[in-house]
Amino acid sequence: MSTTTAPAPTSALNLSRTTATATRVLRQLRHDPRTIALMILVPCLMLFLLRYVFDGSARTFDNIGASLLGIFPLITMFLVTSIATLRERTSGTLERLLAMPLGKGDLIAGYALAFGGLAIVQSALATGLAVWFLGLDVTGSAWLLLLVALLDALLGTALGLFVSAFAASEFQAVQFMPAVIFPQLLLCGLFTPRSNMHPVLEGISNVLPMSYAVDGMNEVLRHTDMTTTFVRDVLIVAGCAVLVLGLGAVTLRRRTA
Amino acid sequence: MSDSCGHSVKTEARGPDRTAPIAPPRACAAERPGAVRPLTAPLAPRIIQHMMNYSPGPPENPAVRAADLTVTRGPRTVLRGLDFTVPRGQITGLLGPSGCGKSTLMRSIVGTQAKVTGTLEVLGRPAGHPALRTRIGYVTQAPSVYDDLTVRQNLDYFAAILDPGRPHARTRSRGGTPIGAERRQNVEGVLADVDLTSHADALAGNLSGGQRSRVSLAVALLGTPELLVLDEPTVGLDPVLRRDLWNLFHDIAATRGATLLISSHVMDEAERCHRLLLMREGEILADDTPDALRTRTGADTVEAAFLHLVDEAVAAGRTKETAR
Repeated sequence: MSTTTAPAPTSALNLSRTTATATRVLRQLRHDPRTIALMILVPCLMLFLLRYVFDGSARTFDNIGASLLGIFPLITMFLVTSIATLRERTSGTLERLLAMPLGKGDLIAGYALAFGGLAIVQSALATGLAVWFLGLDVTGSAWLLLLVALLDALLGTALGLFVSAFAASEFQAVQFMPAVIFPQLLLCGLFTPRSNMHPVLEGISNVLPMSYAVDGMNEVLRHTDMTTTFVRDVLIVAGCAVLVLGLGAVTLRRRTA
Repeated sequence: MSDSCGHSVKTEARGPDRTAPIAPPRACAAERPGAVRPLTAPLAPRIIQHMMNYSPGPPENPAVRAADLTVTRGPRTVLRGLDFTVPRGQITGLLGPSGCGKSTLMRSIVGTQAKVTGTLEVLGRPAGHPALRTRIGYVTQAPSVYDDLTVRQNLDYFAAILDPGRPHARTRSRGGTPIGAERRQNVEGVLADVDLTSHADALAGNLSGGQRSRVSLAVALLGTPELLVLDEPTVGLDPVLRRDLWNLFHDIAATRGATLLISSHVMDEAERCHRLLLMREGEILADDTPDALRTRTGADTVEAAFLHLVDEAVAAGRTKETAR
């Protein structure tokens, strides 16, 4: 009997604990239908608005619309994750979980899984609406748009998790949105091509992950096939997401002052 | 219904657990820390399983052993070179005014406190050892549960973290019950322990303060831990609930052989502990049984004994200063 009842060891990643965490995060969200509705409907509404703001120039809508399909999931997931993990830190549940045999990887992967799933729903709806109803003219496959959107969502989750370690309150966490996201938004090529910017700004935009998210979207917009640039963009966004998730894991400490 | 201790038994959901004859709390295993008392009645599988896992160890092997334990937080030294032991199978009360370092000491034992120096051994291993994480139940002062989940969803989640089951063993039985069923039984059991079965499907955030702290306690009881570290578990509860919880604590110590370390700043709760650690300003003033404390200080109550010891300490501090 002693062999079967020995406690399961704490490994870096345990599938059951990860899925239990993802299920728990989704269950928490289910008790908050308004948040779900906002997360899913707001991007659609914004695209709809945009379509008629640029009623006269379909070309502009194509450019901005495709970029926004990559930016929305990043911003939403950033906000939701940073607040959710901040709440986890301040409510004491994080301390309790880390005193239990939960791996840090389980927690992070659980969050990424839950919010990633939600991001798929959000991106699928937004992409579907843009391509089929708002006449977004995509040369490439809509599936590739969805792939980039999903990676963006993961990047948002990773950034949110990371900055929540530096926020002591919800007020601060929300302020990290303009601090972390807005500069990327300005420099990512949404408003003007990055090559038209001041060289210094262009240099900065080259090291910001959102630039590659937007580039990837534009590649799909213009090319039928997966270009090497697209593959590079996707790999950079995915790599950044993994890197920041790793940094996020470092900020989860079992022992705190 | 009441058991032989005179504990009121809140529910019969886990009837067999409670039918074993139980010695009065004061006497349980007090002389032989960690020893398992002879039991005549058949035991529930849960208890048998627990006893088989439970390694009492020699009497000189306490649940917690600290030597020169020091903790700093920023510029402040919160715990100053503590030396003490917490015997197994008993309830040890950790008492002292708020801000004296009780919570820091508890966090050190659980392994969540940073900057701990000196020796701190918990259940035979250094505090914070990964192998201890399933063996210790910990309740923080503020209830740490998810307000946007129901009571049962909270417990389900923490139970899954404690015992995720093993791949390939999912459908196999363990002691006759599949793992999922065993986890469910565990959840129902702790719900009954804290008397929240009727609120199982309510959102934790909608419960009263006392109910939420009992959800937090229920989480700590999951998985039948060998050491329970409870930071002010009865604060803000009404007298009836407090009595019920203390009966539960004694029940856990007596029938499961678990060690409980319970902090409180309410001195009348001290009388219910087997042993007491009295703290003040990061130091331990006394480490004794309530009776011995009263006898030593010639006081009628533990509160009076504590005040006496504080006055002594203050006086001693003053003489030291004037001598300088």
